[in-house]
Amino acid sequence: MANHDIALMGHLMRRAGFGAQYHELEARAAKGYEETVEELLNPTDETHGMDLDLGERYFMEWNHFIRCVPEYTAFRMINSKNQLQEKMMLFWHGILCTADSKTQSYVTSNAELEMLRQDGMGNFRDLLVKISKDPAMIYFLDNCLSHKDAINENYGRELLELFSMGVGMDGQFNYTEDDVKECARAFTGWTIANGIPGQPYGRYPSTFIFNPDDHDDGEKTFLGRTGNFNGEDVIDIICEQPATARFISRHIYDYFVADEAQVPSWMDTPPRDPETIKVLEDEYFRSNYDIRSMLRVLFNSDVFKNARFARIKGPIETVIGTLRLVGEWTTPKPGFEAIFEEMKHMGQEILNPPSVEGWHTGKEWIDGGTLVRRINFVADHVGDVRYPGIQDIIKNLASQGVTISAEGLVEGCLRHLGHYELTEENHRMLVEHAHQSGVSSTDSREFPQQVSEMLQMIVSTKEYLYA
Amino acid sequence: MTSNKKDPVLVVLQMTGAYDALNTFIPYSDPHYVDYRPNLQIGPDEVLAVDDKVGFHPSMGPIKDMYDQGKVAVLQGIGYPNPNRSHFRSLDIWHTAEPEKTISEGWLGKAIRDLDPNKENILTAVNFGRGLPRALAAPGVSVASVGDITNYGVLTGIEGEDQRGDALDIFARMYAPMIGSGPVSDYLSQTGLDALKGADILTTAPQKYSSSVEYGGSPFAQWLKSIAQVHLADFGTRVLYTGVNPGTFDTHANENITLPKLWGDVTNAIGDFYQDLKEHNANEEVVMLLFTEFGRRVQENGSGTDHGSGGVAFVMGDAVKGGLYGEYPSLEPEKLDSGDLHWNNDFRSTYATLLEQWMGLDANPILGETYEQFDFIK
Repeated sequence: MANHDIALMGHLMRRAGFGAQYHELEARAAKGYEETVEELLNPTDETHGMDLDLGERYFMEWNHFIRCVPEYTAFRMINSKNQLQEKMMLFWHGILCTADSKTQSYVTSNAELEMLRQDGMGNFRDLLVKISKDPAMIYFLDNCLSHKDAINENYGRELLELFSMGVGMDGQFNYTEDDVKECARAFTGWTIANGIPGQPYGRYPSTFIFNPDDHDDGEKTFLGRTGNFNGEDVIDIICEQPATARFISRHIYDYFVADEAQVPSWMDTPPRDPETIKVLEDEYFRSNYDIRSMLRVLFNSDVFKNARFARIKGPIETVIGTLRLVGEWTTPKPGFEAIFEEMKHMGQEILNPPSVEGWHTGKEWIDGGTLVRRINFVADHVGDVRYPGIQDIIKNLASQGVTISAEGLVEGCLRHLGHYELTEENHRMLVEHAHQSGVSSTDSREFPQQVSEMLQMIVSTKEYLYA
Repeated sequence: MTSNKKDPVLVVLQMTGAYDALNTFIPYSDPHYVDYRPNLQIGPDEVLAVDDKVGFHPSMGPIKDMYDQGKVAVLQGIGYPNPNRSHFRSLDIWHTAEPEKTISEGWLGKAIRDLDPNKENILTAVNFGRGLPRALAAPGVSVASVGDITNYGVLTGIEGEDQRGDALDIFARMYAPMIGSGPVSDYLSQTGLDALKGADILTTAPQKYSSSVEYGGSPFAQWLKSIAQVHLADFGTRVLYTGVNPGTFDTHANENITLPKLWGDVTNAIGDFYQDLKEHNANEEVVMLLFTEFGRRVQENGSGTDHGSGGVAFVMGDAVKGGLYGEYPSLEPEKLDSGDLHWNNDFRSTYATLLEQWMGLDANPILGETYEQFDFIK
């Protein structure tokens, strides 16, 4: 298998998943790139590690009525064979945001995340309808407080601003304040049964209900159209807008290709790569808003294939990717909470985005505190030769011969981390370092330690902050 | 402001979990208090009374001593409009000084930017704990966040002093900014080098330090000790932050067992910290703010108290004009806010006072508008 193909597979699996061990990259590369893209888009292997109810039998502290849903979600990202499905769940969770700090009902949040898994690669219109009927969302953005005779604009506004169209594009506003009000009117009566907060009676799953008595059935004018619109009609109109195609395309680009400007600046900041955005927009309309089709076009494009290491990894990608690499947490055992906390301390806590705007990405992930945390977490894991994934790397390198050059050690480590690339200067420095520490034979007692130290050096580089 | 030899320093102590204001600063002679708290009331013979109406929890001796010396301002009835009873959200509100909408910049993050606009000192602010509280976060502001000062820095997992030394040497060279690599790469370089340099400086603090004070073994006490070490090492640190772990003060049950222990540990650590500063003649330049995210329900639930509103906060130090500030919220049933204490002074007034009168900053741009200030700074 050509190194080039495995390197490309490493890239695909970092973006369309949370990374993969070297033997998986080899196997997938042997199968073929386009075949792997199809498999990711239409997964046939439903294995995802563990169902939540089974998890609760293993993790005594887990009980999804009280807690554990973020931890379970992380566990599943590590172990699911449907890597793109999990990656898309996280994608939408960062856009169609809800936070447990307000909803305080893990059972309802879990249902939402499951919906994002099931529908995250489907039709965007259907997804907007589902999120508009999602009990956690209805509660989070107060649509249950929006009444026929007293609308609450919160959901109507965020649906337009953060979930579909964005405030503006190419320097122009996409909608008016009146559109926000009319939008909110159309969603009156979309509410929940079993109001969400747990206290004082305990948490129950909330369900969506439509209350026709509280729905404003009057005439509305929304984005230039007039009619007795309900929520679904409004979503139909939203989905037809060029602004929606642009907004979703930019998000997909930012998440899968390269760091974009932050969302609040999109009205005035043009896309980093207008041509690719145009390709995605066209596919959005051509496929009748099919997210899977947009992803297929993207993953098979040269722009995507050439965008290696153009994004700074987020904390969840960093932690989950590291655990997948070293082969840790493939089975339940006590102590997972501490691992989960790492992502939080690096600045990204599942089910607790800082605001309805989601997480800011790119260089905003990195500050003095989070950088130290990130480097040490990854270095501590790749530096521990007891992990099966690290043992595999050592064995693989040793199997290539009794002697190894300094150059061979550095390149071997980079390859097994998923074909990472360093600047020439940094590469040279590590080779020099390996040379000085006297690496030469792969059957020596020191060899495992030399490999793990080299891995530690590589994961602490600036280059490794990227994916 | 007092005439300090040194720049004023603010130490912020976050008591996560929401301590029960009513059993922290206790309206012990109010008949309603006795009615609401059949099991959890603390009697007049136990309360560390400051007058015939209110007094400290019996385990808060060290703070009471400081109060008696006129060094503690008690901010009664502190809160904000439309109280939020979620730990996370309410803590966010305290961190960002913004109750209306969710924002990501912290009030201290902005203050740090004003204290050191040219980023001349990478240790202008230091946090001790797990992860950086949002209070200290702001774009472009680098704050060292330390779990254990004796083992702080990058690549601490590399065994062997020589190996780690080599690794750090290479790390520094690999993070050196390269011409023409772009602003993001430059930013990452700077952040990496700052972290390295910050760690190098910080870890010298324990070596420079000696003291007769023996701190307790709790993480909070140890973090306060680290704060003393950093302050005494004269790194020019102006804002120091620490607290207790999430949920610590969340006394839904068995409050009469947990609260005495918690306040005992916390206030002993604070008392030790103050003694330590005094021993090193560094007590005049430090002011402490101790706060929590919200108060708890007035009516007990049997053995504990549930989430409420209207709290009490404390500002402590030599520069503080001790006494009672704000009003103790009324306990009369019709004056409660859905069963909770009614807040009467906005927490941003306390922030404004600290920022302006103590730290010498312009509070307005940090807090977004002007708030009435107290006169608890001498």
